[in-house]
Amino acid sequence: MIESLDPRVNRAAIELDNHIEPLSPLDQWETYEVFHQKKRGDQHMHVGIVHAANPEMALVFAKEQFGRRGLSANIWVVNTKHVFASTYEDADIFETTSEKIYREAGGYKVMDKINQYKKSQKA
Amino acid sequence: MYGNAYIDPNEVNKTHSVLADEDPKLLAEFEARIERGEKIEPKDWMPKEYRKQLIRMIEQHGHSEIIGALPEGTWITRAPGFKRKLALMAKVQDEVGHAQLLYSAAETLGKSREAMINDLITGKSKYSNVFNYPAFTWADACIIAWLIDAGAIINQVANAKGSYGPYCRALDRICTEESFHLKYGHDNVVTLATGTPVQRKMVQEALNRWWPPIMHFFGPSDKISSHTEILMKWKVKMATNDDMRQQFLNMYVPKIWDLGLTVPDANLKKNETTGKWEYTEPDWDEFKRVINGGGPCNAERLAVRRNAEERGRWVREALKAGQTAYVVPFA
Ligand SMILES: [Fe+2]
Ligand SMILES: [Fe+2]
Repeated sequence: MIESLDPRVNRAAIELDNHIEPLSPLDQWETYEVFHQKKRGDQHMHVGIVHAANPEMALVFAKEQFGRRGLSANIWVVNTKHVFASTYEDADIFETTSEKIYREAGGYKVMDKINQYKKSQKA
Repeated sequence: MYGNAYIDPNEVNKTHSVLADEDPKLLAEFEARIERGEKIEPKDWMPKEYRKQLIRMIEQHGHSEIIGALPEGTWITRAPGFKRKLALMAKVQDEVGHAQLLYSAAETLGKSREAMINDLITGKSKYSNVFNYPAFTWADACIIAWLIDAGAIINQVANAKGSYGPYCRALDRICTEESFHLKYGHDNVVTLATGTPVQRKMVQEALNRWWPPIMHFFGPSDKISSHTEILMKWKVKMATNDDMRQQFLNMYVPKIWDLGLTVPDANLKKNETTGKWEYTEPDWDEFKRVINGGGPCNAERLAVRRNAEERGRWVREALKAGQTAYVVPFA
């Protein structure tokens, strides 16, 4: 029996050579992706995962793990197997996005034209 | 706590030809990405050695958080005052939460949490050596919270700038919480050091006990290991053990002296010419002996873990049963 400095350990009456069967696969259940919203109006943000046996339990763990200090308004959990994601190998599909300046406000320089027009009117 | 990036002392002298069978083109792209300061994400191609060392390191870090909760938890039931009890419970919960974050990061590299727990409870995986020592008094728990956490922060802040995305994200969350641990620990040590002669004596004795493990904390000098070189190039390891130890001494020895406490090393002083701290070389044989199972608490720590896993097993099983759907019998 362990004689510990920790009274909790002594109360648990633990044998030192308490060999146990190894944990089998899924002993720690599945994983859930956690999305956390700090306050109303904010986007939910992915913050990490928890292991849980079901969605309700995932919410409880997510609250403990990601909501125990600071602001929290709302949490979503999604079973990892239900997340459908793009791959980093295909990241080139985003490569030309920044070239498409016609999609940006900055792609339109009206002041140049206006100033030129005003100048021509004065002449 | 307690990112301890030391290379297993049993492995230091193995010379690996770790890159022999890696595709040179993929390797070059991988290294260029790291060189550019980009992160590696779980499904990216990575050298086998990178994956292996990261799993080892993150897993070991996770185990250290879990086991570290034991010496500190020793004093929860007898913390002096309700506020300190609440704070200590909050800190210990944080440490266990850190383990969850780290295990998750290691899982993304392909090792299941069950496998990690199995390797911990059979003694196959290591954890930070400091937790194989007992917390004799409340003051020991205070010294742990201040100085072991301080050491861990130096390590974790460095590793948070590493190359592996999930580890960095976990460390960013962890470091935020560590700042509370450090302040909490410092506050407790200051209370004792500025208190009655009995309290001062108590905290000085705890510091004396913990100084050798603290000096061991960053691991043996590894500047000469080629192993370290490639891990630093891949930003798995962000600073040498000696550099982190120097940084720790530089930040905390003056704070210890400020309180009129002494460090039990007559050779400890800052060399004003080199700017480096000089100290008695820690006893690395003791370090190796303890890490290999010979410390005062190794057996207890693992027995307590096994006990927790075993007594919780039926609960985990019972919860799983809720997932199975009821089907009406055929006949
Ligand atoms: Fe921690
Ligand atoms: Fe901590």
